[in-house]
Amino acid sequence: MNNSKEKIQTFLSRYIRNQEVKDDTDIFGGGLVNSLFAMQLITFLEKEFSITIENEDLKLDNFRTINAMVKLIGSKV
Amino acid sequence: MDIKLSEQQKTDQASFREFVGNEVIPNANRYDREARLPDDIIAKMASRGYLGAVLPEEYGGRGMDFLTYGLLNEELGRGCASVRGFMMMQNMVALTLLKWGSQEQKERWLGKIASGETIAAFALTEPEFGSDAMHIETTFEEADDSAFIVKGHKKWITLGQIADLFLVFGKRRGKLSAVLVEKGSPGFTQTPMEGVLGVRASMLAELHFDNCSVPQDNIVGKVGFGFVPVGITALNLGRYSIAWGCVGIGQACLDACVNHVSTRKQFGDLLKNHQLIQAMIADMTVNLKAGRLLCYQAGQMQEEGDQNAIMEIMVAKYFTSKMAFNIANDAVQIHGAIGCSSDHPVQRHLRDAKIMEIIEGTSQIHQIKIADYAYREYAD
Ligand SMILES: Cc1cc2nc3c(=O)[nH]c(=O)nc-3n(C[C@H](O)[C@H](O)[C@H](O)COP(=O)(O)OP(=O)(O)OC[C@H]3O[C@@H](n4cnc5c(N)ncnc54)[C@H](O)[C@@H]3O)c2cc1C
Repeated sequence: MNNSKEKIQTFLSRYIRNQEVKDDTDIFGGGLVNSLFAMQLITFLEKEFSITIENEDLKLDNFRTINAMVKLIGSKV
Repeated sequence: MDIKLSEQQKTDQASFREFVGNEVIPNANRYDREARLPDDIIAKMASRGYLGAVLPEEYGGRGMDFLTYGLLNEELGRGCASVRGFMMMQNMVALTLLKWGSQEQKERWLGKIASGETIAAFALTEPEFGSDAMHIETTFEEADDSAFIVKGHKKWITLGQIADLFLVFGKRRGKLSAVLVEKGSPGFTQTPMEGVLGVRASMLAELHFDNCSVPQDNIVGKVGFGFVPVGITALNLGRYSIAWGCVGIGQACLDACVNHVSTRKQFGDLLKNHQLIQAMIADMTVNLKAGRLLCYQAGQMQEEGDQNAIMEIMVAKYFTSKMAFNIANDAVQIHGAIGCSSDHPVQRHLRDAKIMEIIEGTSQIHQIKIADYAYREYAD
């Protein structure tokens, strides 16, 4: 799990600079990122963790924080 | 990067080339003049599996990998941008439904799109909102538990005159969303548009949704955040298709030029021996090779599920659409008056190439996103 968190953190650090992203930081809340980023995030999660994100998963709450993403990944493997 | 094509990819490429040589190139100027694609070319593409190129076989598709799909776009683009655009639209909507549609939507529509029974279109742009797509004003209001009321106006919709199924973008309670609207839905009208500069056989239309009632089940993906991948999956495939299609335009123009300068004489010498002509041919060649490599790279990254594929596709589309326009412009120059005749394909390629710099995100919108990408990728 910590490993997953680190991987997501590394990915996010390329997009969100000058701000620390904690496990429970709302990355979509403060306009930190744009829509292309959202798609890149989905692509990253699918490839890195060998999961398929489906229609039913497309809720912002699944992607809002590192913790939420780790939970989503956990529900799939 | 290893960009060697597999034996299968080479075989497919040869069959695409043969199809374009036999069926598309001889008719492309006519399609352009008549501003429509006849049913037979659509049926022929369907029978070869091109309309469901990216769909898996279980949905009647060809299950092409992204490189093979790119090669298909190059070849069709070499023949006719309108024919290529038709194929692209079907695959854009089909892939979006495959990835984000409900099981019921997939079962109902994918096979029909692949077989050509249902013609699909993508309706985002409005009279007042093009590049600024986030601010579109079409609305989906909940009428009751089972239906939405669609209100709005779309413009410049490729295949809008003949399509049966529209992936329409709008807002539900202020949040972006997408729904499927079928031809003939109450309150929905398709009004043909005429006289466009290029890709003239696109059969463009304006769409009016006047309190059009659509079942709730027609929503694709989710609302708000859940809309983003729906829109981007379609646009990403569209940009990738266009990038390769522009390589096809460039190749068609270069081939025509090499032929022409090798036979036409002025000042007692073949055009090919004049150095100013050689300069144009050299630039065309170099840019075309560079553009094709960008497409290969983007295709490989997309195939591998690389998170940066989406950006590399934008890089490729931006470069190749400019490249195609510049090559086609020089191609008309090299052909002189002959190149200005409606009987000659280079003038059509020039008009079509201009459109490629505008659709699926203009060059300026691409520049903005590519600069963002650079700030991220090349920062310390
Ligand atoms: C042949 C054809 C087929 C089409 N098919 C479809 C289709 O099937 N479905 C669909 O939804 N749409 C379609 N379109 C519409 C197309 O997607 C839009 O034309 C495109 O998105 C640009 O929008 P616009 O024309 O409103 O230009 P605008 O957004 O008004 O832009 C005008 C100019 O301003 C520039 N500009 C805008 N914003 C900025 C900025 N922030 N910074 C710098 N420059 C800027 C643009 O780059 C452009 O040069 C089609 C268009 C054509 C011509």
